[in-house]
Amino acid sequence: MLREEILKNIEKDSRVELAELAVRLGVSEEEVAGQMKQMEEEGIICGYHTMIDWEKTEMESVTALIEVRCTLQRGQGFDRIAERIYMYPEVKSVYLISGGYDLLVTLEGKSLKEVSSFVSDKLSTLDSVLSTATHFILKKYKDHGTIMAKKSEDERQVISP
Amino acid sequence: MRDPLSTTIKGIKPSGIRKFFDIASEMKDVISLGVGEPDFDTPWHIRDEGIYSLERGRTFYTSNTGLKELRQEITAYLKRRIGVDYDPDNEVMVTVGGSEGIDIAMRAMLDPGDEVLIPQPSYVSYEPCCVLAGGKPVIIPLKAENDFRLTAAELEAAVTEKTKLLVLPFPNNPTGAILEKSDLEALAKVIEKHDLYVLSDEIYSELSYKGDHVSITQFPGMRERTVLINGFSKAYAMTGWRLGYACAPELILKQMLKIHQFAIMCAPTTSQYAAIEALRHGDKDVAEMRDAYDQRRRFLMDAFRKMGLSCFEPYGAFYVFPCISEFGLSSEEFAMRFVKEEHVAVVPGTAFGDSGEGFLRISYAYSIDNLRVAIGRLEKFINRLRNEKR
Repeated sequence: MLREEILKNIEKDSRVELAELAVRLGVSEEEVAGQMKQMEEEGIICGYHTMIDWEKTEMESVTALIEVRCTLQRGQGFDRIAERIYMYPEVKSVYLISGGYDLLVTLEGKSLKEVSSFVSDKLSTLDSVLSTATHFILKKYKDHGTIMAKKSEDERQVISP
Repeated sequence: MRDPLSTTIKGIKPSGIRKFFDIASEMKDVISLGVGEPDFDTPWHIRDEGIYSLERGRTFYTSNTGLKELRQEITAYLKRRIGVDYDPDNEVMVTVGGSEGIDIAMRAMLDPGDEVLIPQPSYVSYEPCCVLAGGKPVIIPLKAENDFRLTAAELEAAVTEKTKLLVLPFPNNPTGAILEKSDLEALAKVIEKHDLYVLSDEIYSELSYKGDHVSITQFPGMRERTVLINGFSKAYAMTGWRLGYACAPELILKQMLKIHQFAIMCAPTTSQYAAIEALRHGDKDVAEMRDAYDQRRRFLMDAFRKMGLSCFEPYGAFYVFPCISEFGLSSEEFAMRFVKEEHVAVVPGTAFGDSGEGFLRISYAYSIDNLRVAIGRLEKFINRLRNEKR
């Protein structure tokens, strides 16, 4: 229960101070710190990232979702193919998917050209890759539970009974 | 020209909150801790059901008592949460917010001269509703040393031959106080002994942070003498939908329904459809919001401790009620200076009755980030007051 509460909180705000988190959850700071350390060791907490809307920066970047259909070879399951793909640093995520294709790969690059050359030179040339379909992301509305649009102001009356 | 106004209405003071509202709403960059409604939006699936009902053209009146389906969901909910049975056909009505229920219950039950016991500090409408219904309000001032709970001794001391009704406003706005099983057990004995009726306003029932909410109706013999008021505003963040309900024995409810029928006709239809969805699939949303409020409550209590501001630990609603009497200012003076000097709006305890003197209502229906800024300003302000005193 406590673990879940910690995770829910830091999932929304990983920068929350330990002392404050302890107060909010009504437990000691040591307890929170201990649980977090354990969860890091167990691989439940895998990292502390920052949500960035790169579109608002000077940095040029494009994100693509790539559907990958694979053919399985003797002694090689999806794990092996996924590894071949996720080892590329430009690959942000790889999921095994049920349905019409096998792997869903998110890729970030500086330009359309960079992404398409990755697909044609690296991804498609892998033996086990049968076909790919690349979708470029035009606009992010919501990511990791965060709505990217500007938050609306508090519209409540300032004082109410 | 003749005076167009009734003596009764002229005798009723306007809500004490108004003055602060006028000042605070004219100021720029004011942070408010003054609201009495959730900061969350109504959960999307509930809003969606409201929209869908409009798309389907469900824009007609419902029956006076409200949609049958909704009444059934309400009774199932009460069974599930407090284990009390109500008959959806004869003992439940859907109202325009909990406030309508308070008004019509008093009008249905009071004769001129009947005394109504109103514990204060409490919500602003009990006293005027009682007066408008011809009753005589008798205030029971609640005490900080009892954590603003109503005790059996206080109740016993306030009862006279004319006492008919007791208002039981817990979890309480503005103090955040709750009543636990042992408190209610003791009160039930006095209620029974003096043959009193109860108006139990449980609008904040889902916002209880010390175990599940306990209702007076759970005690033997009490359901028969209680009008239970609840609604969707606080639990489901649906204040603007204006939807509540009242449950009572048929004898009382039938008469309340007459007033509702003539004055209101029926509660808003769109809201009723949304409320069905809320009761069917909203438990998870309620739990999430309750957790969030509870975290803010602990955050505020900790901040008060650190700055040496005395405050009993409230376990309900979304208010804390710190004591500011050490600064030698009245609640109103304190709140007025605080908003002018630090641009933070809070409500003086006296807006909820004279016994709120020396206290402030601080609402935590705000994000932690918002609270953090406001608390910083409060600390600055009280340090200045402490220095002034030296």
